[in-house]
Amino acid sequence: MSTPVLHVQHLVKRFGEFVAVSDISFDIRPGEILGLLGPNGAGKTTTIQMLLGVVTPTAGSIHMFGLDLAANREVILQQVNFSSTYVSLPQALTVEENLWVIARLYGLSHIQERVDDIVKRLEMGEFRHKVTRKLSSGQSTRLGLAKAFLTEPKILFLDEPTASLDPDIAQKIRSFLREERRSSGLSVLYTSHNMHEMEEMSDRIIFLQRGKIVAEGTAQEIVARFGQADLEEVFVKLAREK
Amino acid sequence: MRAVGNVPASPRFAPTILDWRRGEEEMKVHRIYALVARHLYLYRRSLPRIMEIFYWPFLDLVIWGFITVYLMKFQGQIPGAVTFFLGALILWDVLFRSQQGITISFLEEIWARNLMNLFASPLKPSEFLAATMVMSVFKVLAVSVVMVVCAGLFYSYNIFVVGMWLVPFVLNLVMTGWIIGVLTTALIMRFGQEAEVLAWSMVFLFQPISCVFYPMEVLPGWLQVIAWMNPAAHVFEGMRAVLNTSAEPIIHLGWATGLNLLFLGMVIAAFHWMFELCRERGLLVRIGE
Repeated sequence: MSTPVLHVQHLVKRFGEFVAVSDISFDIRPGEILGLLGPNGAGKTTTIQMLLGVVTPTAGSIHMFGLDLAANREVILQQVNFSSTYVSLPQALTVEENLWVIARLYGLSHIQERVDDIVKRLEMGEFRHKVTRKLSSGQSTRLGLAKAFLTEPKILFLDEPTASLDPDIAQKIRSFLREERRSSGLSVLYTSHNMHEMEEMSDRIIFLQRGKIVAEGTAQEIVARFGQADLEEVFVKLAREK
Repeated sequence: MRAVGNVPASPRFAPTILDWRRGEEEMKVHRIYALVARHLYLYRRSLPRIMEIFYWPFLDLVIWGFITVYLMKFQGQIPGAVTFFLGALILWDVLFRSQQGITISFLEEIWARNLMNLFASPLKPSEFLAATMVMSVFKVLAVSVVMVVCAGLFYSYNIFVVGMWLVPFVLNLVMTGWIIGVLTTALIMRFGQEAEVLAWSMVFLFQPISCVFYPMEVLPGWLQVIAWMNPAAHVFEGMRAVLNTSAEPIIHLGWATGLNLLFLGMVIAAFHWMFELCRERGLLVRIGE
């Protein structure tokens, strides 16, 4: 079995008395897409925020590329990126200006070539000079993904990347992600409330509930274990359990 | 920086403390440049932002200019009043814009909900602060040029009458502005957008004890002790000494510089401490929500 690029051990996050994440451990292997599933408030976003170093864990450890995140933040984050429907780029800048700022922030070389390339691959040519606040939600999502892929990360955290997209664009985004994974060996942690998308995209799924991992495996394994017809039914069953 | 393009053989590799320190000490110019460019892009097509730099200083100058013209009638009773008031106003604006350069840059990131993008990148808090300081210097330069030119055109006032002392005076006021700016930013980061008003009001807490328009001796004794700890008060006292008696303000500049370096070190340390506290409490990703 290949060495994991992400290794999370006994991760805990408490905010006062509230336990957002309770002793979770998991790995992501090179080129793997791991789905992180769970109802609202299950701890998915807090987990991703800890993996991105913007929230400090209460206990446990996060290692990426064999390095401890707490001690190697700069080195690790250079190789990591994220995209979230709920995080936008500065609205007053154009699409291209935002991509240039990100490229400089990560110290990329040949910036214009890279920007042109990502704009082409995500079909953003028609709005590359548009001010970000004037983009449609689908265009904003593509900008978020362009920002994440521009830096050619080894690990990518995607928080509901296709939320608010029409089925056509969502399908294109999924194809793009699969192609990236195939060509670059990218590892992805993926959250979505679209169960069909989760089944389609994820090699493995972790199901979080009230901060704990309650199920782990392939979509088929999880469906079989809970004796349900599909992942959506498993989701509903687990989400309603007290 | 170490290459991590390939996954190391052992996932249990433990970095040394030395690695961590080396990483933390190095500031990367490209990241500071990225943030400065991000803020300069804002001014390309934003009239309100450009107005914010030029409108208020210009208005201040007009009002205080007329007051100064009025005071010219009493020049005999208040020696140096003409040169002093407009000079004090321009120098106070240096301090104010220097503080605003830092705090408004941080607020721009809150308003844009961009903090997550920045701090989930390799950007360090020290690089973030350095970029805001560069922005503050740009703002000070822009405002100073406008005020000096307008004061010359409208009131035939020449700020350079202060002589070469102007350079250390301005540098010290920029540093005092940074101190108030970093402190305000740390408080906004901790208490969120409801503390946003501090960006505009905090500096005025320091104005009475900066002795901008009056000498320190008019303050009550106990307030003089506090004012003595304020680097800006030494700059304005020094300026008055140069204008009134042509004395060399070495002692005041020494105090101002020493206090500035001490307080700047303290507020930068406080900012880093607050940053870690906000990461611990999850506040960094919740500001602006």
